Amino acid sequence: MAFLTSLSAWFVPALIGFILIHATFKRVPTYEMFVEGGKDGFHMAISIMPYLVGMLVAIGVFRASGAMDALVAVLQPVFHAIGVPAEIVPLALIRPISGNGALGVMSDLLSTYGADSFIGRLASTIQGSTDTTLYVITVYFGAVGIKNIGDSLKVGLLADLAGIVAAIVVVSLMFAK
Amino acid sequence: MINYIWAFMFIVGLGYAAWNGKMEAVNRAIFKAAEEGVTLSLGLIFILIFWLGVMKIAEASGLLSAVSKLFKPLLKRLFPDIPEDHPAMGYIVTNTVSNMFGLGNAATPMGIKAMEALKRLNRNRPTASRSMVTLLALNTSGFTLIPTTVIAVRMKYGAAEPTDIVVPTLLATAVGTLSAVLIDRYFYYRRQKKGRDD
Repeated sequence: MAFLTSLSAWFVPALIGFILIHATFKRVPTYEMFVEGGKDGFHMAISIMPYLVGMLVAIGVFRASGAMDALVAVLQPVFHAIGVPAEIVPLALIRPISGNGALGVMSDLLSTYGADSFIGRLASTIQGSTDTTLYVITVYFGAVGIKNIGDSLKVGLLADLAGIVAAIVVVSLMFAK
Repeated sequence: MINYIWAFMFIVGLGYAAWNGKMEAVNRAIFKAAEEGVTLSLGLIFILIFWLGVMKIAEASGLLSAVSKLFKPLLKRLFPDIPEDHPAMGYIVTNTVSNMFGLGNAATPMGIKAMEALKRLNRNRPTASRSMVTLLALNTSGFTLIPTTVIAVRMKYGAAEPTDIVVPTLLATAVGTLSAVLIDRYFYYRRQKKGRDD
């Protein structure tokens, strides 16, 4: 497990190093390309701002009213029996529907329970390990005019469920509760 | 769907607060959370600029297309309906590899191009073909090498090692993607069987 944790630390720097060495050998104007790509990143960060504000305020109201605690208290016995913290349920519900909405839920969990808590790490892993099924279906099929989506939604949601279960198992094994 | 969930949180929250006498706390939460949303997205700018910058280099150096070549034989097996060297295959490979490197902006146009090509293969019917469902399954399971946005948010909330979730995320996403492929196959064979029974 210690090996896997240090592998996590080496992964990003190693990938960046490899990309830069490869690009330099291929005589790519690295710095200029970096700046060009960075501009897209800036626009992306600004465009998710309304999503985050909307979702964080809704969760903030839901949490401050005490409704979140009530919901978690109701779900607790069921999920506790299978070793899943009930606090994670809202994230699992929103993840397949809205990626940026889920980012808001995840941020709320990190700020409430701490980034290094079990819930914080589990939320981070769930957020990172699956994509937004409904968004993908809407955009990809909408763009080319597919009206009968067949089994797409079922396949996508079942795959999301498998990813979330995998996240719970892996995080439980790698990090102590 | 997201509209209902979003409004639900507000309406239930406001109702619950009225009943519980928690209106003051709700007022504070509204303004605090709105501010948090802005600070958070500003806090993501640095990593998105950096990461998309680095990935642009990988794209320009041809690293992305080299990785694509590597993955082509594997992806071909997932799409047995697509004829050899059909343009759809090229788009699918680029779409998958862009997703792997966290380039959502590059992945989406390629995915749409792939869908257009698949629709032509399906004689322009408005029905999702087998390959379309498979491509969608691959995209929704979201195989990503490095979850950059998540790392940035973890950094902002004071994680000791913001990247310590990279390996667990990789494992979970691998299981998710593998399941997506298997579930997709299962539903395909079920459709085949049903078709024969009818």
